Amino acid sequence: MNTQTLWIIVIGSILATFVWRFLGAVVVRKIPAQGDLFEWVTCVSYAMVAGLVFRMIILPQSDLATLSIGIRVSAVVIAFAAYFLFKRNLLAGVVAGGVSLSLMASSSVGIISF
Amino acid sequence: MISDSPSIMRKALKDSLSLPAFILFFTMMGFGSFARSTGFDVEMAITASLFIWGLPGQLVMAELTATGQPVFAIIFACSLANARFLPMVVSFLPTISRPDAKLGQLVLDAQLLSINSWAMCLREFPGIAPEQRRRYFVIFASVILLAAVIGTAIGHSASVLLPQPLVLGLIFTSPLFFTLVLSAVPALSHRLALLSGCLIVPLANEWFPSIDLLLTGLTGGTIAFLIGKSRRKTR
Repeated sequence: MNTQTLWIIVIGSILATFVWRFLGAVVVRKIPAQGDLFEWVTCVSYAMVAGLVFRMIILPQSDLATLSIGIRVSAVVIAFAAYFLFKRNLLAGVVAGGVSLSLMASSSVGIISF
Repeated sequence: MISDSPSIMRKALKDSLSLPAFILFFTMMGFGSFARSTGFDVEMAITASLFIWGLPGQLVMAELTATGQPVFAIIFACSLANARFLPMVVSFLPTISRPDAKLGQLVLDAQLLSINSWAMCLREFPGIAPEQRRRYFVIFASVILLAAVIGTAIGHSASVLLPQPLVLGLIFTSPLFFTLVLSAVPALSHRLALLSGCLIVPLANEWFPSIDLLLTGLTGGTIAFLIGKSRRKTR
């Protein structure tokens, strides 16, 4: 595709994402922050985000798909163990999970470029 | 409860630089390199990270461009992939602003919001005085946005060679971070929403892959809301 078309795609994608943010800002002024509607929208956003994150773990679309689900789930378990061991420390949990995934993955060593 | 401005600034900088900035830097490095392989200039990739500011939509945009889809279809798919911003903005803005705030301010806050700041702020806000929450959010979100833009530029420009297991570990930090942050959500209905989201997404992805997250959010969120409501009534 030529440069002009690519710019149209980028600008169009920016506006198409902005629409949701803008609608959100408009809606926020209309609904009471303690009511049922607000509580429902909050539940929807939690379910959506949980779905997104869970999908990254069990059905990854990146190179993570080259690893078995056992490796990915084990890394999450290790991350939780470290997180609670270090008094709910996020850094400890994420580093432990990431390092253990790297170690488990290194049985199939290769080089890829970013 | 933290209530003075200098402490909030320090906390926001510490919380963002300790981990989320690092995670955004590496995930957006992945986007930058992917964007280059699909034909986008570095300026385009940076513009996308800065203003779309939602990785799932950015990835869909690059992926569909690579497969030569029509422009309208690409933009539409990107929009769907980022539709979660509507409920996220609605559930988040009242925690930092009064509903009678100026629309312009609400829109700017909404533009700065991403899943990282959303999750992190909801986790940290109970320990922050309400009038300081917006300051925490703006600093935190700006720092990680900057890290994301730098990561995009480096990922696009430099061909960094790293061992694959290390790259995989770095990519995986993103879902790990969200999983740990979200595990601390206190309210029952919100925990139910997280659980039902996890249970529903594999089915939704199997049957309706292009709108799987929307479906997951609507069904899972509604189930959790109804159960939470009936539990509150019986008490």
